Order: sequence, then structure tokens, then C-alpha cells
Amino acid sequence: MAVFPWHSRNRNYKAEFASCRLEAVPLEFGDYHPLKPITVTESKTKKVSRKGSTSSTSSSSSSSVVDPLSSVLDGTDPLSMFAASADPASLVATTDNSRKKRDRDDNSIVGSDFEPWASKRGEILARYTTTEKLSINLFMGSEKGKAGTAISAMSEKVRTRLEELDDFEEGSQKELLNLTQQDYVNRIEELNQSLKDAWASDQKVKALKIVIQCSKLLSDTSVIQFYPSKFVLITDILDTFGKLVYERIFSMCMDNHSILPDHFSPENVNDTAKETCLNWFFKIASIRELIPRFYVEASILKCNKFLSKTGISECLPRLTCMVRGIGDPLVSVYARAYLCRVGMEVAPHLKESLNKNFFDFLLTFKQIHSDTVQNQLVLQGVELPSYLPLYSPAMDWIFQCISYHAPEALLTEMMERCKKLANNALLLNSVMSAFRAEFIATRSMDFIGMIKECDESGFPKHLLFRSLGLNLALANPPESDRLQILNEAWKVITKLKNPQDYVNCAEVWVEYTCKHFTKREVNTVLADVIKHMTPDRAFEDSYPQLQSIIKKVIAHFHDFSVLFSVEKFLPFLDMFQKESVRVEVCKCIMEVFIKHQQEPTKDPVILNALLHICKTMHDSVNALTLEDEKRMLAYLINGFIKMSVNRLAMETRKVMKGNHSRKTAAFVRACVAYCFITIPSLVGIFTRLNLYLHSGQVALANQCLSQADAFFKAAISLVPEVPKMINIDGKLRPSESFLLEFLCNFFSTLLIVPDHPEHGVLFLVRELLNVIQDYTWEDNSDEKIRIYTCVLHLLSAMSQETYLYHVDKVDSNDSLYGGDSKFLAENNKLCETVMAQILEHLKTLAKDEALKRQSSLGLSFFNSILAHGDLRSNRLNQLSVNLWHLAQRHGCADTRTMVKTLEYIKKRSKHPDMGHLTDLALRLPLQTRT
Amino acid sequence: MGTALDIKVKRANKVYHAGPIQIINSTIEMVKPGKFPSGRTEIPFEFPLHVKGNRVLYETYHGVFVNIQYTLRCDMRRSLLAKDLTKTCEFIVHSAPQKRKLTPSPVAFTVTPETLQNVKERALLPKFLIRGHLNSTNCVITQPLTGELVVESSEAAIKSIELQLVRVETCGCAEGYARDATEIQNIQIADGDVCRGLSVPIYMVFPRLFTCPTLETTNFKVEFEVNVVVLLHPEHLITENFPLKLCRV
Repeated sequence: MAVFPWHSRNRNYKAEFASCRLEAVPLEFGDYHPLKPITVTESKTKKVSRKGSTSSTSSSSSSSVVDPLSSVLDGTDPLSMFAASADPASLVATTDNSRKKRDRDDNSIVGSDFEPWASKRGEILARYTTTEKLSINLFMGSEKGKAGTAISAMSEKVRTRLEELDDFEEGSQKELLNLTQQDYVNRIEELNQSLKDAWASDQKVKALKIVIQCSKLLSDTSVIQFYPSKFVLITDILDTFGKLVYERIFSMCMDNHSILPDHFSPENVNDTAKETCLNWFFKIASIRELIPRFYVEASILKCNKFLSKTGISECLPRLTCMVRGIGDPLVSVYARAYLCRVGMEVAPHLKESLNKNFFDFLLTFKQIHSDTVQNQLVLQGVELPSYLPLYSPAMDWIFQCISYHAPEALLTEMMERCKKLANNALLLNSVMSAFRAEFIATRSMDFIGMIKECDESGFPKHLLFRSLGLNLALANPPESDRLQILNEAWKVITKLKNPQDYVNCAEVWVEYTCKHFTKREVNTVLADVIKHMTPDRAFEDSYPQLQSIIKKVIAHFHDFSVLFSVEKFLPFLDMFQKESVRVEVCKCIMEVFIKHQQEPTKDPVILNALLHICKTMHDSVNALTLEDEKRMLAYLINGFIKMSVNRLAMETRKVMKGNHSRKTAAFVRACVAYCFITIPSLVGIFTRLNLYLHSGQVALANQCLSQADAFFKAAISLVPEVPKMINIDGKLRPSESFLLEFLCNFFSTLLIVPDHPEHGVLFLVRELLNVIQDYTWEDNSDEKIRIYTCVLHLLSAMSQETYLYHVDKVDSNDSLYGGDSKFLAENNKLCETVMAQILEHLKTLAKDEALKRQSSLGLSFFNSILAHGDLRSNRLNQLSVNLWHLAQRHGCADTRTMVKTLEYIKKRSKHPDMGHLTDLALRLPLQTRT
Repeated sequence: MGTALDIKVKRANKVYHAGPIQIINSTIEMVKPGKFPSGRTEIPFEFPLHVKGNRVLYETYHGVFVNIQYTLRCDMRRSLLAKDLTKTCEFIVHSAPQKRKLTPSPVAFTVTPETLQNVKERALLPKFLIRGHLNSTNCVITQPLTGELVVESSEAAIKSIELQLVRVETCGCAEGYARDATEIQNIQIADGDVCRGLSVPIYMVFPRLFTCPTLETTNFKVEFEVNVVVLLHPEHLITENFPLKLCRV
């Protein structure tokens, strides 16, 4: 194929711009807009009342469309309605015809504002641990050989007989001694599994035995500090059991494929199901020991629904009374907690039983300080201050259940009752943990007074202050008390000797301080923490708490200039000496910075600190770092660069009105250099490419020419590394379109980049072309040619006398070469090469399956020539005619496009200097499709 | 088709042995001789349980020494060449509820070292005062036994408080009579050193298989008692006994 010389059309950008500009037409906003919020008109009420009818009264105008969701919510939201009438007295007043509805509501009383047990579980398991050895003692089936048989008044004969009756399988006794805590947890999990297995294989009796034996473990208080966790583990099993039994009986109620509704009444339950259910209750009622009998019955409390309407409301008070028989106060309070838990789940409206549990507990409160308990503590070597907190999870739970939506009067009464008892620190703590934060916050000064009066040897004071602090983080105390509260509390906190106790307390109070006070107070608090945590490197054991302190501080101080002016903030950061933690903290800070820093910053203090933080993150990356972690870090650093460094440079430029002094120039160069060394650490290839380009533009804008060159060169050398497929949101996608986008962007920038005096003409463009040439493009893809077309556009723009745009204070090639003929010749030579490539490619597309592509590519090339080429040149003219024919040759062209194009040419030919287009138009025939 | 009822009164040591006493035996013919069509044939039947002479229709009961059992036997006589077929199964009889209303008979109790019998050295006993009451010793068999118990004071720590349900079977015949008490259920109502002055509920469900309405006949008796058993540290066992009368209403 012949080589076609390129002649760029001379452009007068200014004139073109003026002619292209649209006339400003005042826009009128009509009333109708499809995205306008739907206005609900009164027709809605009509529609609701005429539920049955199909005719709609609201079809008149589009603005009165009834939103189906809001119409459902109209007025009668069951939850909010219930909340409004939380007073039990008003509930009783509801009439019979609304009973059905009320029944339904009852179970939905517990809303999302009730913290569920599930969220307490993990906390308890993490907090109540032991290093002592544990044991599990299981007697499956028989009580043969049990050492303490003398306790039971059974005669030998009877026992043997009962054994025979009970021995459904071989009576196995298992005693597992010397278990570590983890072993214990595993064993319990195994039991949970074998319960499910036994159930699945229809061994109901075995399942019951497992549950009985497990709940028996709850009467064992050896290794008492583990008891709360044991409770959690074992009640998990009980929950499983309760669910299995309920579901089994429920499934028995299904006859003829009709499923019992969720809110069924006992009349709908068939006799077989009732009998089975009754059997369970009989079986459980005959369990000899109190504690397993209590727990197992409580676990299937819900099953009472199958038997009678009042079953649950009769059962709950009885079980509540039954707990009175449990002598050990710790075992007893956990039993109550379990009952409240089940009660809350099954019948949250039965508040009286909850209250009764609380008041019964107060009656037995003195037991905690009884001789029996004291002796046990001495035996186990447990001190009172570590014994008392064992009660907290159970008490907190009971208190929480009672105080949920409880009237203020009840809370006040409960508090008064607690106040009257001796050694009430434990109670105070649970009151603070469970009651509404607002209730506590308004009485903060009272509580501080009460806490101060508490006995030093009993419940630890730091826990009390911690609980108070937690409330104050959620609710605000009266304005006038705020400072006094902080002072009083901190006076005690700062005296705590044990750094662990101290930091647990301080962590909570930091939130209060940040919320209500200025940086001065926060600074004081941080200083105090540093003072306490530095000796003996105490901070090493408290990284999570210290981390949480930082998180709280940065959550409240979004303004980084204020944050970094808190003097002790950076020294505080220095306490994070373990690298992983340090990086975590840095990440948090950067996240907040990226999220909240709206304005570009140029505060050197902030930037210096953040640079330091980024450096820490950057340094943490090593060969073992996970891919995700790297991406996260990259994102953060990336954000910082985008946010600050480049902006910073631009800001500096703005400040100096574009005329850099020596000092600012050096600074900008430093910023640019920082970007240059940081970018390679990023993972995403397009992130890197775009950032190189972006940074290059910034460098150019700041007259850092060699730096800009470096960026562009780096970008060019990175292009060959772009993989064919990239991962976007977890899916592999071809990368070519992204590359095309990037390169077009790149070309636009290259227009104004002046040539380096020591390199050849247009060296960046050449290099880029080489890279594009060598890049392995997808087979059957025309992207390369599209890019070449773009290059052609670039080169045409470059050959203009004055370029379309410029960077202030940077001389681009137009002023450097001043339309020098040698430059133009070089430019045109490049164009020829590129055109040859395009034509070559078009030729390869002359196959059947590619004809369509050939046509569209040809037309696009035609358009490029039309737009950028000087068609007064004969050969170019001829080429365009050829292309026109090519596009139409195989009937692949879209006739309408061709017609439009021709019309456009004719229109253009009427412009001055464009007369030659008239001839061209005559040579372009339109092909009618046959 | 025949119904047979056996009452077997037996004693393990064979001193007192009375053979089964039959109190009911009736037979009805279900199908006249002939041929069944092939496939499954269901034959509905019913007949009243008429007692022999002036005997009483007792409730089904399985004890150690006394057994009251009702069985149903179906015989199919076949031609000479084929064997006759027989199938037997037990059915349960619950006596019709007694018409009269149960009069509650509450009983209160106080236990101190002084109230105890069978104590060897009263002086060695720790001091204690336990009070309580049963809501009724006349019990409906389907309703739980209820009451309350308060440990007002106790020097020694309490280990456990239990309710022991005891069944007393008495059989008599020409040679004399035998009386035997067996524990049929033991329910712990307090575990550990319970709070002083706080009432602990007494609550026990009667086990279905091992209890029946209190029964007194000329040949045998089935009676029930409950023991409130308090165990003190280190090894003291205090028992308070209450005879019960069970009935079905």
C-alpha cells in the first residue's frame, strides 16, 4: 500500500470555540419532574379504607401516586403503637376484639433496642477465664458407683430397680479431669454435637440425659472464676435442646400439609403433639436434682404454648420460686439470669416474673457474704474483689431485662432498694450497666457519691467508675455538673495503681472528655494516661485499650489542625511500639483523615505528622504482608497523596501566584519526589498509572519539568506491565478499555509537555508509541488502532501554531519550536507511520467475519481525517474517498450515519476556507442498501 | 374374641402367695364363620367391661408386689389344616373420676431437734428450726403436691432438702400380711445452704406410671406417703413423714 503523507488542517481554536458555543437559552422548570419526590395526597386514606375494591381513586395525576410502603405504615405501625402504650395497665384495657392483634404484638415487644444475649456471650467468654484445671463429671444413665449416694435417701433395692428402668443404654460414667479451659470448651462443644446427633438419630432419651448431665455441671462451683463462662457454654446446649424439642412438637402439629401459624392457640394442637409435649414435662418433672430440673424445664418453657394459653404465665412464677431452693448465691443468680433470658424470649410481656426475680435476689443478697461462701472462697484462694465481679454478667442481664421499657418509677424504686442494702457496690454496678444511660447520666453526681461511700475491700471501684463512664459516653449529664463529674471521677481514676485497671477506666472516660470538653482537657487526660502507662512499659499489655483511646479521640476531633495541636497526641502515639499495633493505629488515623478532611491542607505540622504516619504504614509492608492488607495500606497512602501532597503543591503554587520562590520550589519538588517514591508501593496498576499522570501534571504545573518527565517516563514504562485481565470488584475484566481511557488522557497531557533539549523531537510520544506497538493486544481487538487514531489527533494538535491549551509559565512545543519546519516534518513523518499502521490493520480485516469491524474502523478513520486532516492535499483527499467506499463496500455501514456524515460535510463546505469540501462531497456516493 | 383380666398378687419370697384373681372375663364373637375377602379387613368391635360378681374394677397398676393388668386377646380359629391365630395386648383402665369434690386437708409442720424421734443423742444435734406446710394431703393424682418450707434457722449448713414419694403395698391372705414401702420418686427442692427465712416451694408432680389412686381392698392395699428429708452438714438426716391420699377427680 502506498504511503500517504499527512497534512494537518490548520485550526483556529478560538474561532472554532466561539462558533461551537451554544446560545444561552433560559431554562424553564416545569412542574412535572419524574424524579420529584412522590407527594402523597389525601386520596391515600380513601384507598386504604377501600381495601377490597380494585378501582383506584388515585390515578388522576402522577404526583398523587400512593407509595405502597408509606400507606402500610400509615398510623398503625404495630411496634410504634406498642411502644406508645408500653404501660401494662393500658394493655389490659384493650378490648377483646383487638386481642388477636395484641397477641401478635406481645412477641415483638423486644425490639432492636434490647441488647440480645448473643452480644453478651462473647464478652463473658473473653472476660471470665482461668488457667486452673477443670473437670467434667458425667454420669450417663446410672448413678452406679457415685460416691455421694448416701446423700440420697434411696434404698439400694429401689436404686437397682430404677437403674434397670433408666438404663436405656449402657450406663457410662465419664470423669474428665485436668482439663484446660480450651479442652473444657471443646468438650462442651462435643456434648452439644452429640446432643444434636442423638436427636437426629431419634435417641430422645439420650438427648435428655446429655442435657441433664450438662446442666448438672452448673451446680459445680469449683474453679469459680470460670463459672460465668461455663454458664454461657452450657446454656448454649440448653438453648439447642429447647429449640429441638419445640420444633419437634411443632412439626407434629402439621397435619395434611397445613402448617400451624406462628401464633397458634392450644386448640389447634392435635392430641399426639400434646401427649408428646406432656411426656417431656413429666419426664423433666421427675429429674431428681433441683438444678438440672430447673434448667431443663426452663429450656423448654416455650413448649407450654402447646398445652394451654396460660401455661407460660403459670410456669414462670413457679420456676422463679424454685430458684429459691438454690443455696449458692452465684449459682442462684445465674439460674435467675437464665430464666429471665428464656422469659424475655418467650413471653416478654410477663414483667412480674422478671421483677420477682430481682426482688427475690435482693432478699438473698446477704447470702453473698455468708460463711458458706466465705469458706468456699478461702478454699479456692479467691479474693472478694475478684469474686464479686463474677456476679455482674448475670445481674446486668436481669437488670437489663427489667429496665427494658420500664417506667421511671420502677427504676427509681429498684435503685432505692439497692441503696438500702449493705455492700451494695455490686448492685450499683449492675444498675449502671443495665439501666437507661439517660437515667444514670442525670444522676451522675449521686452515683459518684455512692461509689465513694462503697467499701474498699468489696467490689472494685474502678469497675464502678468504668460503668459510670460508659453511661456518660452515651447520655449527657446536666450541663452544670459536667466538669465536676470529670474532676471527681478522674481524681479516683488517677489514683488507681494497677495500670490495667487504670487504662480500662481511662479508656471509657476519654470518650466523655472528648465529647464535652476542649483539647485542653483531652490533652491533660492523654498526659495522665502516658504517665500511668509508661513505667515498666505497662502499655505493652494494654494496646487494645490505648488503641481505643486513640480511636475515640480522632472520632471527636476531625479537624486535624486541632488534633495535632493537642500536645500529647504524638507522644501518645509513641506508646504504640509493637509494629502491628502501630500500623493499625496509623491506619485508623489515615482513614479518619481521608474521610473527614474536606479542605486541602497546607499545615506543615499536619503534613509532617501524616507523612510520618504514612511512612510507618509503608515500612510495614514486607514479603509476608497479605494482599488485602497491602491493598488497604495502598488505599490509605494513596488517599493521602491525592488529598494532600499534590494538593499541597498546587496550593503552594496558588499562594505564590505561580511564581515560585526558591524556598517554595524546593518544597514543591520535595512533595513531587515523595509522590514519585511512594507510587511504586501501590498495588493497583491503574492506580499507579493514573497517579503518575496526575503527579506529572502537578509537577508540570509547578514548573518541575524534569520531574514531570520522570513521571511520564515511569508511566510509559509501566504500560507494558498492564495485564490483559484485571480484577475489579472480585471479577476478572479485560483491561483494554481502561488502558484506552488512560492513554487518551495521557495524550492530552503530552500535547503540552515540552520536549527535553537532550532528547529527540517528541521523544515521549515516540516512546509511548513503541510501547503501544510492543504491547500484546487482545486478538480480534481494534483498540490498538483506536489508540493510533488518537495519536493522530494528538500529532495534528501538535502541529498547530498555537496549541489548544497551555500550562501557565511552561513553554510548550509550540513556543519552543515556533512552527519550525523540521519539527513539522518530524511530526508528519510520525503521522505517516501511524497511518500506515492503521491502513495495514484495515487490510487485515478484509475477511468475512471482520467486515463489520473494518467498516466501522474505516469510517472512524475517515472522520479523523475529516476533522484533523487538510483535505486540500490530493492524496489525503483520495484516501478519504477510498475509506468512504471501504466503509460502504460490504453493506455493513449504517446508512443513517453515512447520510448524516455527508450532510455534515456539505454544511462544513459552506464555511470560508472549506470550499474544497464541496468537491469531496460530490465524490462520496451514498450506497442504498439492496 | 375374649377378654381376660388377671389380678396377680404375688410376693417374691413366696411366703404369701395368692394366685391371680380374675375379676372380669367376657367373650364376644366378632365374625361368624366364613371367609375373609382378600386384602385388609378391619372389624370394629366394642363391649362393656362388666365385673364379676361384686368385685370392683380397679385402675391399672404395676407395682412390685401388686399388679393390676387388663389384657385383650383375640383368637382366630381356622380349619384343621391351619393353625389358630392369637394376639394379646394390654390396655389401660383409669377409673371414672369420683363425683365428690376433694376436700383439701392442709397440714403444717415444724421440725426442731426436739420434735424428732429415733434420735440417739439429742445433745449432739445442731440447732435448727424448720417450718412449713403442705397445701393438702388429699391429692388429686393429676395435680402436683404443693406447699412451702422455710428454714428459719440452722446452725449447720444445709446440704439438701428432698421430697421422697413412697408407695406402701400391703398384701394379706390366710397366712398373715406383708407390708412393703418403696421409694418411687425423689425430688430435690433445695440444693446447698439456702437462705434463712425465705420460703422454698414444695412441688412434686406424681409420676404417671408408679402412682394410682390410693387403693384399699380386702386382699391388698396400695398407699402413698411423702417424706420431707433435710440433710445437714456433715451427716445429719432429718425426715418428716406425711401419709397422702391420692384420688382421681
